[in-house]
Amino acid sequence: MYHKEKSIQIKNSASALYNNLGVLRIAPRRLTYFTVVHANVVNMVSASWDGLNYSHRQLQSKEPNVATSTSLIMQAAFCALPSRDLLVVTSQKGIQIYESDGSIMVYWHALDTPETPTAQAVFARGISAVRENYICVGISSGAILVFDVPSKGSNITLSEVLEEHKESITDMAAECSGSQECIADLVSADDGGNLCVWKSGEEFQLLNNIPGFDMSCSSVKLWKGTVVAGYGTGQIRLYEAVTGILHAEVKAHARWIYSLDIAPFSGLLLSAAEDSLVRVWHLSMTPETNSVEVAHLHNECVTDTQICGAKFCDGDGYAFAVTGYDLSEIIRYTQT
Amino acid sequence: MSVRTLPLVFINLGGEMLYILDQRLQAQNTSEDNSEKGVWSENDRRRVMNDIVGTMFNKAFMDELLKPQQLYSHRTLKTVLTRIAHASIMRLNPASMDRLYELMVMAFKYQVFLCPRPKDLLLISYNHIDTIREFVKDTPVVVNQVDETHRKIIEVYSSLSEGEFQLLRQTLLIFFQDMHVRVSLFLKIQVQNPNGRFALSTSGPVPHGTEVPGLIRTFDSKGREVRRSEFPTGGSYSSPIREGCFELHGDRIIRLGLNMYTVNHPEETHTSKAPSVKTDDTPNLLAKEELNLLARLMGSMKAENKPKAETGFRINLFTTDEEEEEAGASCGAEESLFGVINIQAMQDEQAATELARIAGQFAEQQEQPENPSGNKGDDLLAMMDDL
Repeated sequence: MYHKEKSIQIKNSASALYNNLGVLRIAPRRLTYFTVVHANVVNMVSASWDGLNYSHRQLQSKEPNVATSTSLIMQAAFCALPSRDLLVVTSQKGIQIYESDGSIMVYWHALDTPETPTAQAVFARGISAVRENYICVGISSGAILVFDVPSKGSNITLSEVLEEHKESITDMAAECSGSQECIADLVSADDGGNLCVWKSGEEFQLLNNIPGFDMSCSSVKLWKGTVVAGYGTGQIRLYEAVTGILHAEVKAHARWIYSLDIAPFSGLLLSAAEDSLVRVWHLSMTPETNSVEVAHLHNECVTDTQICGAKFCDGDGYAFAVTGYDLSEIIRYTQT
Repeated sequence: MSVRTLPLVFINLGGEMLYILDQRLQAQNTSEDNSEKGVWSENDRRRVMNDIVGTMFNKAFMDELLKPQQLYSHRTLKTVLTRIAHASIMRLNPASMDRLYELMVMAFKYQVFLCPRPKDLLLISYNHIDTIREFVKDTPVVVNQVDETHRKIIEVYSSLSEGEFQLLRQTLLIFFQDMHVRVSLFLKIQVQNPNGRFALSTSGPVPHGTEVPGLIRTFDSKGREVRRSEFPTGGSYSSPIREGCFELHGDRIIRLGLNMYTVNHPEETHTSKAPSVKTDDTPNLLAKEELNLLARLMGSMKAENKPKAETGFRINLFTTDEEEEEAGASCGAEESLFGVINIQAMQDEQAATELARIAGQFAEQQEQPENPSGNKGDDLLAMMDDL
């Protein structure tokens, strides 16, 4: 179904972090941007679709005005809003928002870090663009920061802080089907496996809280009103977002899942785990019976590699890219 | 990231160090070449073990480690581990310590990488503690120290969630990133490939709490299962084995963290660099926070056992003294270490002097090594057959 393409070499190896691959497709310029986090650096590659041009850039997690201080980066992700694309980088120190090519930092938000470290680590993790103008970022305390983003310029403001989760946020995802009918706009996941479903607005509204089973949910997606969640046990679970009804449970992987992605136009689902396997599935909805079917389509094994990032490169799922711990390349696969 | 890494790092790295030293201390007795140079008696070995374990599991030192704090650089860790090793009558020169450190780190990286569940990091640590306890079992005072530390670890780490353990593991994996030193033992038992990467199997038992992959279950809105289908996993997995014991004593079940070195295979500590390896030898001064940590850790350790000329033993990790000197010299050229260190707050003057002296040791690369055929204190024992 898929075959391996030429890999993209990156300047450093990928760190073992959840969802450690960002992809932004820029159709008008026939380019795709990729981001891979290595410790305190974000490796960015801009790859032309004809495979001939690659340009690299590195972003360091450094607060402005502090010459030497750096911190470990937890995640880097693209936020595609209708008016603009941005790159959000979260670290132990705070949140940085860049223009999508990484050229200019437009916003910096510092986390409250105590003078002497407390028992709980402090960091930001979990990034999602929501609807027209919001970017949401999770915090280790369980709080979610909601930023209001203007259509251009750097006048980004913190609009709201959502305090519902009691454990560290792991991942967040917005409804990606493009459908305006879906009530739920955002799902957030935490280290206890709890899922919160939100409706966006000037004040975000909590629609549902789906309890976890004391197992970290490391990656989450929201498509056509269905939450798709990947867990440390290697399970994937599909829930109806608003009601919390469990549609399906897949014993998908033998180790901790690190990344999920959905191709919204085709309903293809990608899952990747520490067990060195990437799996492609197909989701189909039957609105009449209100059911969701999951079919397994394909496996790829990245030998001896604990995979930390896997994403489709386009909305149909025609191609996908994979990163692994200690690997200095982005591996790509295309449909045959 | 995680602020809880240091205690586990020291216990596991220190444990690996003791495994290697124990193997070397025993191996040299079977080596015919060195029979003229003198032997390490059972008493000497026990003394070295007791001294090192006693320093490592010293209450004040462990209390410092248990404070929530970030994981610091390889340089800091190496300095403290050298200090711990030198709490005994044994002496390692910087080149030997570098090689020893590589071995220790690669072993721990292997264990962390293959750890089935993040929480099993504790079982790996307990395997190290159990074996350390065996090394010092004839000295009740030191056994008590080990037990006390073990209890504290159980107390501090029992309440961490799986997610927090995974964060701890991810922090360690970042710390080990890009290290691909090949270890002959690992290559021999095929846990490591010739390119330096560890082998990850797609068969065998799944971790405790995970189910064997291969099943899709679909439910209706009332929660009843309506369909079940299987899919090919690309691997051959089996049910989990029973869970290991997290108490002070018990069967840990998992084998990671047990002593991989035996007396019968002295070549097992041979290392070689993989083709493109990144080494942590940037000649930066330590960050202020790291120096403070170093100062606190040194201050909390027992006073170093200064060897008198007759009783000091130097350990070579190379075959001959000439190679030892060469390695020392070449390492000196690459590693331009601390020039000046500003010590911030010190707890006592002796610790400050110790710290400065250790820092000074690394700058002593230029000094001429001792004449190997000199006085009795220089009765050097080639410990490692080859490294």
